[in-house]
Amino acid sequence: MNLQEYIDLVFTDYTLRTITLGTAVLGAICGMLGSFAVLRKQSLLGDAISHAALPGIAIAFLLIGTKNSSVFLLGALISGLIGTFWIRGIIKNTHLKSDTALGLILSLFFGFGMLLLTYIQKLPNANQAGLESYLFGQAATLLESDVWLMVVVTSISLCILLLFWKELKLLLFDADYTKTLGFNTRFLDILITSFIVIAIVLGLQTVGVVLMSAMLLAPAAAARQWTNSLSIMVILAAIFGALSGVVGTAISASYNNLSTGPVIVLVAGVFVLFSFIFSPGRGLLFREIRFRKNRNDLQLHKTLSFMYNIAKTHEDITHPHAIKILNNFQGFTRKSLQKLEDKDYIKVEGTMWSMTKSGYQAAANLYNQLTNNEDE
Amino acid sequence: MKNKIAVQIDDLTVAYNYKPVLWDIDLAIPEGVLMAIVGPNGAGKSTLIKSILDIIKPIAGSVQIYGKPYKKQRSLVAYVPQKGSVDWDFPTTALDVVMMGTYGSLGWIKRPGQKEKKAALEALEKVGMLAFKNRQISQLSGGQQQRIFLARALVQNAAIYFMDEPFQGVDATTEKAIINILKELRKAGKTVIVVHHDLQTVPEYFDWVTFLNVKKIATGPVKDIFNDDNLTKTYGINYKVSVQQ
Repeated sequence: MNLQEYIDLVFTDYTLRTITLGTAVLGAICGMLGSFAVLRKQSLLGDAISHAALPGIAIAFLLIGTKNSSVFLLGALISGLIGTFWIRGIIKNTHLKSDTALGLILSLFFGFGMLLLTYIQKLPNANQAGLESYLFGQAATLLESDVWLMVVVTSISLCILLLFWKELKLLLFDADYTKTLGFNTRFLDILITSFIVIAIVLGLQTVGVVLMSAMLLAPAAAARQWTNSLSIMVILAAIFGALSGVVGTAISASYNNLSTGPVIVLVAGVFVLFSFIFSPGRGLLFREIRFRKNRNDLQLHKTLSFMYNIAKTHEDITHPHAIKILNNFQGFTRKSLQKLEDKDYIKVEGTMWSMTKSGYQAAANLYNQLTNNEDE
Repeated sequence: MKNKIAVQIDDLTVAYNYKPVLWDIDLAIPEGVLMAIVGPNGAGKSTLIKSILDIIKPIAGSVQIYGKPYKKQRSLVAYVPQKGSVDWDFPTTALDVVMMGTYGSLGWIKRPGQKEKKAALEALEKVGMLAFKNRQISQLSGGQQQRIFLARALVQNAAIYFMDEPFQGVDATTEKAIINILKELRKAGKTVIVVHHDLQTVPEYFDWVTFLNVKKIATGPVKDIFNDDNLTKTYGINYKVSVQQ
């Protein structure tokens, strides 16, 4: 199946269209809200919340006895929120640090959820089949109504985000200061945490309990690499998230229906990897290039200023000197001599070098610059 | 002239867990002083400021700003937190951070406009950072970051300024620039309260001082109370500071 055929299929095939749309919207909302989680240094909170949602799903099934994704979402929402409040309670009321509290609640709730799942599997109830798909998600179960729910929630959270943009930005950057300006930080905190919980719960059906936090964090982490503006970061994260959803769905649909959730997460991972290496400002590649260039420039400057100091002692600045006398100096290499010659700063003849007028001028300027900088 | 009380603190007690951090602090800060709060590490200097500003809830005590509770007088008070209290890798620019100083007077939801931008640019100019207005904040030096924080407080156009170690990790040039701004504030009749570490510079920079070590040891004009006796009481070791007056 080539790309053109696949794109046609997305528009004609009802199921594929629903799944593509669903994963795209999910990716967008996760990226958007994930930016806030990342900047709030609450990356792990998402992981804890998604794991904490599992018992809620199981209890919801035990209560109603059938599979109903909206009821499951509600169950997940409630137990996710309970988990969140417990984490906050532990951090506030004990000496435990946040990573300990998160780890504790995450494994406790997940363990309890798994216990309930195995219990449910032993029940003589034919409806229980497929409940374990909430562990790693199953995008194929997405219905049009699920997608509509995601669209509505995304729109609402977008509106709230725009409305309280100024306050949320302030809170993310400097919470104490936000308080002194008279803003209710607890309200803002609950607002942003609730939306993160809702985004996670929405994604459980598609991506699953175990991988959900990656959906939240990966697009945001990738977006951070490309920009120094919060608004652009949020927009980029939404785009990366949506693309991960679409591309992940396409890959999974084209190759023997590979499990969609993990593929989406891996695609998001590729975005992160690519961003970490290739982003111009913060990427590893350009940083290394800048570093090397700097070092070479410095080496060249050092050599030139050394020559300048020798040439200065002569009445005729272009008087030739032996290359040998440079050997005492560590910054000197054949390559840097060659480069200086290319720039027409020096002339090399046999075993002798001499400075040109322009080279002398450049070195003198360089010298002044360097000493000026030191004064600053 | 200095009889009006800007900040009045009564019986302030703060504790994390069991151990009190601040014990029964009574303090009256007159209007128009440039006051240093000095004391050893763990003396509760930052905590004092934070509990005045209601960031930390005290166990007991009251804080009055010009005779009214702090919550009603927020607009009169500006705060410069410790530089290390925020993540400077946050995706934003210097100008943007200074603009945050206008958010308080804007209130909920309303966005900053031209007027706020102008005020922020003026504050940036005052601290000598106008050239860096579009610089990403992680690319500023420690001293520049401190100036940005100061500019953010200046934008608030408050009557009382609380500053938590504004000289920490800045070079001599920045320190001079900052202290000149603080002295200008005092000249304009503002009250400035600074958590300060360098005892040598207290007589040169400040006209009022509070010695703090969980309890209040002393408070008053630098020329009257900045002496070896109070320093020894505060720091617990024999202190000899050459006080130039």
